[in-house]
Formats: sequence, C-alpha cells, structure tokens
Amino acid sequence: MKWEKQYVTVKLRHDKDGNIRPISVTLVEAGEEQTFEIDRLKQRCRAASTRVGGTGIRYTVMINGKETYLFHEFFENEGRWFMEMPVC
Amino acid sequence: MDRTILHIDMNNFYASMECMLDPSLRGKPVAVCGRTEERHGIVLAKNYEAKAYGVKTGDVNWEARQKCPDLVMVPPHYEEYIKYSKLARQIYADYSDQVEPFGMDEVWLDASGTSRLFGTGEQLADEIRERVKFELGLTVSVGVSFNKVFAKLGSDLKKPDATTVVPPESWRDIVWPLPVEDMLGVGRSTKKVMERYNIKTIGDLANTDPNILAYRLKSRAWQLVAFANGNDHSVVLHKDYVVPAKSVGHGITTLQDLETDQEVWNVMLELVQEVNRKLVEYKKKAGGVAIYIRDNELYTKQWQHKLELPIQAALSLAREAFTLFKRSYTWRHPIRSVTVSAIALSEESDPVQRTLFADNDRDEKLAKLDQTICWIRERFGKDAVRSASLLCDLKMDTNRVELQMPSGLTTMG
Repeated sequence: MKWEKQYVTVKLRHDKDGNIRPISVTLVEAGEEQTFEIDRLKQRCRAASTRVGGTGIRYTVMINGKETYLFHEFFENEGRWFMEMPVC
Repeated sequence: MDRTILHIDMNNFYASMECMLDPSLRGKPVAVCGRTEERHGIVLAKNYEAKAYGVKTGDVNWEARQKCPDLVMVPPHYEEYIKYSKLARQIYADYSDQVEPFGMDEVWLDASGTSRLFGTGEQLADEIRERVKFELGLTVSVGVSFNKVFAKLGSDLKKPDATTVVPPESWRDIVWPLPVEDMLGVGRSTKKVMERYNIKTIGDLANTDPNILAYRLKSRAWQLVAFANGNDHSVVLHKDYVVPAKSVGHGITTLQDLETDQEVWNVMLELVQEVNRKLVEYKKKAGGVAIYIRDNELYTKQWQHKLELPIQAALSLAREAFTLFKRSYTWRHPIRSVTVSAIALSEESDPVQRTLFADNDRDEKLAKLDQTICWIRERFGKDAVRSASLLCDLKMDTNRVELQMPSGLTTMG
C-alpha cells in the first residue's frame, strides 16, 4: 500500500496542568472536508513515521473504532499536525 | 578508572535524511547535490546504493550522473538537517551532560560513571541506536571506548546501524592493524608525511619515536604518537559550551564570475555586513582581516593583513579587505568565490591604545552606525537597510541559510 502525508486541522484541549489532548481531526477526503472525533487516546511518544517520513510526537488514537496515528511535528515550540493517509 | 566515551555518527546523514523524509526514495541510489545554477553543482552526500555505483562526495553532478544514470539527485534541505541534528542531540542529552558535537552529524558523549543507570557502554550505545531509529527514523553507528580518538575510530569500523567496542584490555588488537589515515588527526597531508617514514598502520605510528616525526609535524608528532598509544585525555565538552571564536568569516561562490574590482568591492561590502553582525553578536573586535579568493580555475589564494587598531565596523572592514585585495590580486583569472574573515579577535571591552592623529570620534560614530544597522536588520529583516551601491546586480544569492559547523579539533590539543 502507498501512503501520503496529509496535514490536518486538529481541535485540542489544553487542561490546567498544561497537558494537550487532541479532540478531533479535520481532514480532506475525496475533495471534501470531514471531521472525526477521537474516541480514545492510547499512547503518546516521540516517533518517526515509517510510512510517510518525518518525526513528531506520535499520538496513537482510536477513530471510529480504528487505531491510527496522529503526528505533531513539534519542534522549538511549534509545528503542524499530520496523518498517514493510504493512497488508493 | 577508565572512562566510557561514545562517538555517535549519523550514517550518510544528508542522504539518509532525504530518504527518511521521502520514503519513495528508499532503495534507490540517491545523491544530495548542490544546484548547478548556483554553481554548487557537486555531490554533497550519497547513500549506500549510490556508493555502489562509485558515486563519490565531491563528484561534479554530471560526473555522478555518468557513473549512475538512474541516480536520483535531490537538493539539500539544510533547515531539516539542522532540526534533526538538534533532535538527535536532545536524545543524547538524556544520558549525559557532556555531549560535544563534531560537525552536524557526529558527537562525542561521555558516559563515565553511568553504568548503574544505563548499563555498560555497549548497552547504552545500543539503546541510543534504537531510540534514534525509532524516534527520528535514522541510523547511527556508535564507537565505544576509553578515549575520544578510539571511540571515533570505533564508530567508523562498522556501518550502518552498529555498535563497535574498542575495550581497554584489547584495543591494540583492534586499533594497531588499521591504516594510519583512519585515525583522527591524520589527514591527507599528514598521511603523506607518514608514508615517507614507511608508517602504514596505527601500530607503526605508535612504535615510532616522535622526535623523528617532529622534524615535519612539529608538536603534533607527540600528540599523534600519544593518540596511537591510547593516550588521549581530552575531555568531552559540556553540551552548553561554545568554543570561543578565533575568527569569523563569510564567503560565497558568486552566481557568475567576478571580473572587475567594482564587482569584488560590492561582494565584499555585502559579505562584511554578515561578518560584522557576527562580531557584534560575539562582542569582539577584529585585529586583522583575511581574504580568500578562488578563481575560476579553482585555484585558491589567501592573504591577510593586520589592522592598526582593532575595529568593529563593517565599512572599515570592507575597505581593509578591498585594499588588501587590490594590493594582492593580479586578475590573472576571473573570480569564482570570495571569503572575508575578521581575524585576531579581541574583546569588545578591551582597552585600545589610541593614536594621536586618528579621527577617533569618527570611528566611534561609524561603530554606532553599524550597531544600529545590525539592530534594524535583526528586527526588520536583512533587506530593511542596505548600501545603495548594493542595489545593483550583485551576482550573488544573498538569501542563504547560515550553517554553523563546529569543529571539535580545536579542543583536541
């Protein structure tokens, strides 16, 4: 399977202790914007994306019952968010 | 007690970075090349697949293409390299505060006394390798030994993604049979000297009387023989230590050859802006100026000149550099690249012996003007203020990424 990097819009919750938690992601599928709620956050660590390249803080999340990765290219206090999208 | 020193080398850093950032390049022969249009058209780095075709660092682009017609040539992405270099150093810093960079892709790490925390040097090396691979998607080779020179030697022995231990008990068996040029400090010219004395391996060097070599290598003879005998006691510097600058320079390969004095003056005037900015940043004054001129036959020549008074002023630096140029260069060939350096640096606050007839007030005014220009450029961008004479075609690309290439050799002594 081929993969491509897609930068996404993420809704975040910053709690009073400074923790960040992604709530939902908005991505473009077949030319249409779609928003998905994140059901569950399973893991958070720094990791490289082996499928599309690059590195970031990797959130392992459950969306619609499916496990997927959400990356924050966090470096020197800023960075975009991306997901690995399969190319049909 | 023996120290535990790791030398960590990121394998084919530039080329690995490109393959990591763009997975479609993996498995293909890849070379990172400078742009031909900007006349930096040489191979800067290549991956193992390209190496198999005989592509070498420094090959001209067409030469590389000839050796390997399927070669994928990509331009360098320095911002990314710097970012990943910093991220890697953040990983290393989790294990020790003594992390000394040697260029962008290599570091020494002193892990002495951490065995109860992280295990033996080898275990630590393996852990670091795994982390860099998982977190950054890059591979590193690690050498583990009891001094910096052997650790570096170790990291070169097995590549990619490997740990090599050069232990204090049996280092002679590993190190001594190796060719002498593998050792840190033995470059091309030193190797030639060694060849004259029939010194081929590090073992040969270790058993040579330094007094014999001293005739050609001066004091370095003792240092190199000591290195070959495992006597390198230089410390791994603290990660926040900044090696004090001995000179600051700025150079450029122009887009087209320079053919007149006026063009050289323009380029110099542009270059000194950056040199002076660095002087202001480091709070230094220049006691001399050096110029390096490379002509279009790739022949390089260097001249330097001592100043009457230490200065920190762009215009004066440019004038000194240009005077030196006019006096020295004979225009046998058009010029390809120009570098201007401020040398013999002294502290900004050092007292200066004034001369009776010099216009000191004017110098001070000029210095203030320069500081203001630096401040404006820092705040509003490089193009906010510039010399009117530089508004013409400069034959140079003024928006380049500045790279800091720290040299570890300065601390080896």
